[in-house]
Amino acid sequence: MNVAVALVIVLAILAIAYVGVELLGLAFVFSVVLPYVAVAVFVVGFIYRIVKWAKSPVPFRIPTTCGQQKSLDFIKQNKIENPSSRGWVIVRMALEVLCFRSLFRNSSAELTEKGDLAYQWEKWLWLFALVFHWSFFFVIIRHMRFFTDPVPGFVTLWEKIDGVFWVDLQQLYLTGVLLLVGITFLFIRRVVIPRVRYISLVNDFLPLLLIMGIAITGLMMRYLTHADISAIKELTMGLITFHPVVPEDLSMVFYAHLTLVCSLLIYFPMSKLMHAAGIFMSPTRNMANNNRMERHINPWNPEVEVHTYEQYEDEFRDKMRAVGLPLEKDI
Amino acid sequence: MAKLPKPAELLKIDYKPPETGWMDTPVEFKPGTYSYAGKPESLNLIGFPNPRTWQPTDDDWQLPENWQEIILDGLRDRLERFRSLKLFMDICVRCGACADKCHFYLGSGDPKNMPVLRAELLRSVYRKEYTLAGKLMAKMVGARELTLPVLKEWFYYFFQCTECRRCSVFCPYGIDTAEITMIARELLNLVGLNIDWVMGPVSACYMKGNHLGIQPHGVVDSFDMALDDIEDITGVRLDLSFNRKGAEILYVPPSGDVFATPGTYSLMGQLMLFHEMGLDYTLSTYNSEGGNFGLFTSNEMMKRLNAKIYAEAKRLGVKWILGGECGHMWRVINQYMDTMNGPADFLEVPVSPITGTRFENAKSTKMIHVTEFTADLLRHNKIKLDPSRNKGIIATYHDSCNPARAMGLMEEPRYILDHCVEWHEMPEDTIREKTFCCGGGAGLGNDENMEMRMRGGFPRANAVKYVHEKHGVNMLACVCAIDRATLPPLMRYWVPGVEVCGVHELLGNALIMKGEKKREENLRFEPLQNLEDEVAEEDANV
Repeated sequence: MNVAVALVIVLAILAIAYVGVELLGLAFVFSVVLPYVAVAVFVVGFIYRIVKWAKSPVPFRIPTTCGQQKSLDFIKQNKIENPSSRGWVIVRMALEVLCFRSLFRNSSAELTEKGDLAYQWEKWLWLFALVFHWSFFFVIIRHMRFFTDPVPGFVTLWEKIDGVFWVDLQQLYLTGVLLLVGITFLFIRRVVIPRVRYISLVNDFLPLLLIMGIAITGLMMRYLTHADISAIKELTMGLITFHPVVPEDLSMVFYAHLTLVCSLLIYFPMSKLMHAAGIFMSPTRNMANNNRMERHINPWNPEVEVHTYEQYEDEFRDKMRAVGLPLEKDI
Repeated sequence: MAKLPKPAELLKIDYKPPETGWMDTPVEFKPGTYSYAGKPESLNLIGFPNPRTWQPTDDDWQLPENWQEIILDGLRDRLERFRSLKLFMDICVRCGACADKCHFYLGSGDPKNMPVLRAELLRSVYRKEYTLAGKLMAKMVGARELTLPVLKEWFYYFFQCTECRRCSVFCPYGIDTAEITMIARELLNLVGLNIDWVMGPVSACYMKGNHLGIQPHGVVDSFDMALDDIEDITGVRLDLSFNRKGAEILYVPPSGDVFATPGTYSLMGQLMLFHEMGLDYTLSTYNSEGGNFGLFTSNEMMKRLNAKIYAEAKRLGVKWILGGECGHMWRVINQYMDTMNGPADFLEVPVSPITGTRFENAKSTKMIHVTEFTADLLRHNKIKLDPSRNKGIIATYHDSCNPARAMGLMEEPRYILDHCVEWHEMPEDTIREKTFCCGGGAGLGNDENMEMRMRGGFPRANAVKYVHEKHGVNMLACVCAIDRATLPPLMRYWVPGVEVCGVHELLGNALIMKGEKKREENLRFEPLQNLEDEVAEEDANV
C-alpha cells in the first residue's frame, strides 16, 4: 500500500512534467524556474533544519561507548570506539560518515530449531548502502562537468577512473550503474523482508523511487537516447551564471530527469534524508566519553528539591543515636 | 500473578509481523508481561502528579482531564531542551538494523519491541503535531493523534524497554532508544503513569537513602551481619565506620549488595579487601545507595537522588569517592552526576593510598569504580591471592549494559577475574559493547513481569548456556546489583546449574588476609573444593 502510494507520487511528478513541457509548452518553467526554486528550497531548508536542531542544547554528554574506556595506564583504551578527546571523536565520526562503521557491526540473529540464537554474518545492508551513497557522491562529482567551464581537473580525472571499462565502444561509468544497483537493493530489501516492510512508510519508499527514477532516466540519456550534451550544458551554464536560456534540443527524458532531481531537492530538507546532516550532530557519536575528566555544562540545569541530611537526621535521630551513629545535632 | 510458561513453550516465538498494521494493532496487557502501577503513597512522598490507586488493566486510568495537552506541552518543552530528542525524532531512516538487536524483540517476536518501532510510537505523535506532512497525510507518513489507546501503548512498550542501549551501538546514526524511552517515561510521569517497581524504590531512596527503604539502624545491622559472616569464614573481625567525618574515602555501594544475596557476597569481598589494604573509608546511612531509579523516572528525579552523594561527601569532608559494583549507577555517575550536581571542587583527584596511582580519568567527578581500584592494586601486586580456593568454579563474565555502553568499563573486571578464577568468554556477539541485558533492568525486574523478563533475558541466557555446555561454566560473574537480582531466576529458568556472583566475591574467596584462619568455606558457606582435594590426597597417601 505505502509503496503503491509512493509510486503514484513519482508517476504523478513525471506526468506533470510531461503535461507541462509537451502539452502546455512550459519548458521555461520546468528548465529554469523549477531548478531555481528547488535549489533555493534545498539550501534554505537544509540550513533551517540544522539551525532548528542546533537551537536545542545538549544537556548531557551521552556517548554510546563501544570499546574500552580510558582508565588505568596498563589497560589499553579503544580510542576510536570510546574516544576521550576531540581528535579521536573526529576519527570516530569520520569512520561513521565515510565507512558506516556502526552499520558494519550488523549481524543477523536467528532462532534455530534447537532453540538457540545464532548470530550470522550480515553485511549486505552495509555493503549496498555504502555502494549507493558513494556512487551517488561520485555521480554528483561527474555532474560538475555541467556547471563548470573549464571543467576542473579532479572531475576529468574521476571520469577517467570511473569510466575505465568500455562497453560497445563507449565508456561505461561504473558509479552510474552501481547507484542503480545500490538503490534497487535497498528497495527490494524494504519490500521483501517482512519486518522491514512492516515498518516502512510512504516516506521510506518515496526517496528510493525518486532516486531510482533519477538513475534510470540518467542512464537512459547516456546509453540509450544519447542526449544532446551540449544543449544540456548550455542550459546548466545559463542557470549557474544567472543568464538562463532554454535550448531547443532538450528531450523529454531530460525533463523527466531534471524534474525528479528538483523534486528530490525540494523533498530533501523536509524528510528523513536529513540524516545526512543529522549524523554529524548525534550526541551518542559526536561526544567524547570524558565525563569524569571534564565537567559538561547543562544550560538549563534545573533547581530541584532534595531531601537533606538535616531532614534525614531530624527524622531518624533517636534510631541513629541508639546504634551509635554520629550526629550533627545531638538533641 | 501470572503462571510462567515452560521454556519450550516460551521458545515458540513467531517473528512474522501481524496481518494488521502496527497502528491498527492495539496493545494487550497480558499477565506476566507488564508491571504494576506506582502507588499513590510513593508519588506523594516525592510530589509527583496524579497520585491514585490504579492498574494498567483498568479501563479508566483516572487521567487528568487535559492529559493530552499536558503530554503535548511536555513533548514540546523537551524538544526544546534535548537536541537528542529532536534529532532522533527526525533522522531515523527505518533501515531496521536495530530490529534483531533488541533482547525483547528476540525473546518475544513482537514487532513493537523492535527499537525502530518503539521509537515510532512516540515519533508518530511528534509527526502529527510538528510536521506538515504529518498534519496533512497522517497515517501514510506514520503520523497519528495522541489517543488513549496510543497512550496505553506508550505505557506498555516504554516500560518494556530496559534502556540498555544495545540498539544504539548498531544504529548508523547512533539513535539511542534509551534516550527516547527516558523522555517518554518523563512524559508518562507528567500524568501519573509509572510503575511500582520504580516509584517504590525512588520514594524510599529519597526519604531513607536506599531503594529498599531501610532505616539507618537497619543499614548498620545489615553490615554487622556481613561482618559476622566474614568473621565466621575468615576468623578476622572487620571494623566499619558509618557517617564518619574526616575519613579519606566515602564508599558508596548499591544497596542491593547490602541487603540481598548473592550481592552480599560481593560486598563482603570488597569489605575484606578494604580491610586488608587498611583503607581509611567510611559508609553513609544517609546516602546508603549508589543505584538511582531516578534514571528510570525523569532527569530531575535522577538529580534529586544523585545529589546526596556529593552532599554527603562534602559534609563528611572526605577526599574522594569510591563506588561499588552497580550497572545503572555508573551510567548516572559517568554521564550525569558531574553535570547535574557538580562541580565537586571540594574533593581531590582520587589517589590510591596503597599504590599512589592518580586516577586522572576521574579528575573532575572525583569518583572511581571499585574494579578500577582493585585492578590497580592487582597490577601493583598489593593483593595476596590463593585462586585455588575458587576451584570448582568455572566462571563467565556478563558485561552489564551501562558499564559497557555508557562508560566502557570492560577490561577492569576481566583483569580481576584473570587473577582469581578459571573463566571463559561468551560468544563475541553477546559480550562487551554487544552485551545483552538481563531482561529486568530499568525497573522491570519485578515478579509480575516475569514472563517478559524471561523472554528479554533469553539472548543472555542462551549465550551462558553455550559456555555452560562447552566449558562447564557454572558461575556468571557481573558488576551490577540489578543483574544479581534478575539473573539468578533467569539462570534457573533457562540454564539450571549456573549461579550468579559479583566479581569481588571471587576476589574475596581468593584473598589471603593477615591473621585469617585456614579457610574451609567460601563466602557462601560452601565447603572449599581445594580442601576436598587435599583430603583426598591425604587419604590416598595413607
